[in-house]
Amino acid sequence: METILKTDKLRVEYSTGEFQKTPKVALQGLTLEVRAGEVFGFLGPNGAGKTTTMNVLLGFVPPTSGSASLFGIDVRQPIARQRIGYLPELTYYYKFLTAEELLRFYAKIFGLKGSEADKRIEQLISLVELGHAAKRPIKGYSKGMQQRVGLAQALINNPDLLILDEPTSGLDPIGRMKVREIIQRLKNEGKTVFFSSHEMGEVETVCDRVAIIYQGELKEEGRVADLVAKHRAANLEQAFLNIIGYKPAVAP
Amino acid sequence: MNTVFAIAGVVIKELYRRKDFYVLFVLSALITIAAGSVNFFKDLVMVRYVKDICLLLIWFSTLIIAVITAARQIPAEKENRTIFPLLAKPVSRGQLIAGKFLGCWLATGLAVLVFYVFFILVTATKGGDWQLVTYSKSIGLLWLMLGMVIAMTLLGSVVLSAVSSNTTICLVVIIGVLFIGEHLNKIALRQSEPVKSITYTLYYVIPHFEIFDVRNLVVNNKPMPSLKACGLATLYAGAYVTAFLYCTWLIFRRQRLNT
Repeated sequence: METILKTDKLRVEYSTGEFQKTPKVALQGLTLEVRAGEVFGFLGPNGAGKTTTMNVLLGFVPPTSGSASLFGIDVRQPIARQRIGYLPELTYYYKFLTAEELLRFYAKIFGLKGSEADKRIEQLISLVELGHAAKRPIKGYSKGMQQRVGLAQALINNPDLLILDEPTSGLDPIGRMKVREIIQRLKNEGKTVFFSSHEMGEVETVCDRVAIIYQGELKEEGRVADLVAKHRAANLEQAFLNIIGYKPAVAP
Repeated sequence: MNTVFAIAGVVIKELYRRKDFYVLFVLSALITIAAGSVNFFKDLVMVRYVKDICLLLIWFSTLIIAVITAARQIPAEKENRTIFPLLAKPVSRGQLIAGKFLGCWLATGLAVLVFYVFFILVTATKGGDWQLVTYSKSIGLLWLMLGMVIAMTLLGSVVLSAVSSNTTICLVVIIGVLFIGEHLNKIALRQSEPVKSITYTLYYVIPHFEIFDVRNLVVNNKPMPSLKACGLATLYAGAYVTAFLYCTWLIFRRQRLNT
């Protein structure tokens, strides 16, 4: 199966201050492979390096060493992002634009024009159920509506790979369910999805494989059922806590 | 180029959906109308007096619009986090800078046109004639100068993270150049070394915004610069715009953007 996303011994260091010489290591030797058609969950506690990995994959942060590629193209080349869709954890868009104008703007970037763009925008607005508000400026939208605009913009180019950073964070149960349905639908269409989440139940439901990262290092990678069995856990959450070495202060 | 034009389009939409432009336009219009109704300086030719005030306000207002619009572009993208979904598309940082520059330049060009239409109407009511070639050259030269201002402000915006600091520094530099830029070589003559060489270098390095200021010629109906001179001014402005945008790209392409 084709490798869609690959990182090889990825290391990222941040300088912690002008006078402090020791850099903070955000990622150390991360090697990952995501294959075509997979829904891949990227898990880790806060500060583990999930967002840094995504930042490298999206070209926001250059790696200190190692490499990362999307569809075999180095992530430092903008063209590597031609076939991806990205939904950030916190969705902020040009609030003076309407959802329709925003989608048209992103469509232009991907070279979609005229009736092709119109059709795609109409489909997406209908998919995320924003028909009633498509011509209103985004500044008047609720958080859930903004998240749905975010999802629509991530799908504007009909991407082959979707990178979702905590896509259900801050959404109500209905919003979460809708996002999950969309991920499921994309999976059925054969799209590759790479997403980070704290919601273990969600990951268990939709992911084919997961990677668990802790303190910038890859701890485990594999199918959910295999990880649960390997760590003799009742569910993924328990396996996750075992893997990162969490010891509860009070015994259950 | 699609990407650059798409980004520029958003900048233009932002300008006309915000209130800054309208406030400056209404203020300039009110001041011009009020000043034009009373001849404070007993100027014998009323139209000259109105032209003088109106052109000064146009220069000041469009300069403010250019600096404020350009100064907030990249910092606002970072602060509002709109830069992340944008750069997650196949958009390079160079295209982002080019789009921002083009958008700001076209937007201020539109503002200059609106202000000049008002200026032409006001001067016409005071007995002025339709000097379309003069006005076209004057608009063109002002727009070129604003291009340099925008490129310089964009450079400032990737160096200084605070919009207010960048705006203040850029305005001080621009006003400083407009007032003393052309006299720096004369000042250098009166200095001893090494101040003399430093002042001379400064004279040759700074962008001379004042060469684009033809207000005096318009007001006093003097001959405007030839087309050849305008062409050279275009090359001069183009060289500075290119240099400023190149420096902006050199700095911005290395900046880490953490979500």
